[in-house]
Amino acid sequence: MKFLGFIVVCLTGALLLYGTGQFPAWGDPGSPASTHLSNYYIEKTVEQTQVPNIVTAVLADYRGFDTMFETSVIFCAGLTCFLLLRDFTEKKERFYRHRPTGVILHVKDSEKVLKVGKEFEHIDKDFVPSDLIIKTVCRILIPFIQIYALYVVAHGDFSPGGGFQGGVIFGSSLILLAISYDLKTLVERIKEKVLGIFAAVGVLIYVGIATICMPMGGNFLNYGMLAPLLPGDPRHVRALGMLGVEIGVGLAVMAVMAIIYINIVSEGRHDEGL
Amino acid sequence: MHWPIDLIVLTFVIFCAIAAISVKDLLGTAILFGAYSFMMCLLWAIMGAVDVAFTEASVGAGVSTVFFVAAVFRTSRRTKD
Repeated sequence: MKFLGFIVVCLTGALLLYGTGQFPAWGDPGSPASTHLSNYYIEKTVEQTQVPNIVTAVLADYRGFDTMFETSVIFCAGLTCFLLLRDFTEKKERFYRHRPTGVILHVKDSEKVLKVGKEFEHIDKDFVPSDLIIKTVCRILIPFIQIYALYVVAHGDFSPGGGFQGGVIFGSSLILLAISYDLKTLVERIKEKVLGIFAAVGVLIYVGIATICMPMGGNFLNYGMLAPLLPGDPRHVRALGMLGVEIGVGLAVMAVMAIIYINIVSEGRHDEGL
Repeated sequence: MHWPIDLIVLTFVIFCAIAAISVKDLLGTAILFGAYSFMMCLLWAIMGAVDVAFTEASVGAGVSTVFFVAAVFRTSRRTKD
């Protein structure tokens, strides 16, 4: 069976390689992709949208529907992770650590959560004290990563980047916090509810901006109709609409990345992990 | 002229892909996938698709590696086959 599979894989690979022989050469100006749509985008984008980064204009304006449903797919991925993995049953075994002395208390078969004073902390089963160097380095790094993520979102119109990349970078800064301290630190700072609300609000911002265009007299996602609502030069209204949409995408992606990580690493219990 | 960089990076991509399916240690596979994604990111950047390269670097090499490591942490570290 394994040998048969190997032959099938080799045949498919050979067919694919044979197929690539018919492709137009890389960067060929006479290829179909370069002769129909690309010309229009390259010539008209700056004139129509005032956005120098053509990729962002195509993704968020010309192909706005595509990006909207992409964001919904991300949201659904987070939702699925939550529904499949989240486990609300309480663990019967608990460990508490006395902060001043470091003595660890092991509670077995307790039905209810013990109320402990400030001098005790609830810890993991395989508790290892966080390394001072890693903690300090991450504490210095995380704010810069987050500011960079905000820059990527806000500057998506002018340079590579945008809501998706910025959201992923922001989400990974949250994951870095969870790895360098422990998962509880992250879950205490940003509650599960807040993450869920962020994910939903991100998608709603996108759909909301798209829907507002309809009572203003345009089609769905036609940002040009937002001109009376926004201050400044009416020529920049499409760029502003794209920025709003990118912020929505960034929020949703950031929250979903954190939701997926927290649920995978703690088997849905949100108490202990990497 | 940048074709030698192209070829070197492509060789690394193929090397990482073959290594990732032949290594028994799943943690090593996750790291190799990260390396693979980073090499793909370099390829996109060489071809001038900077937006795609950015996405590949942040999603492929960054977050998805962490997800793989988290999944390995909660399952088993060695493959059955």
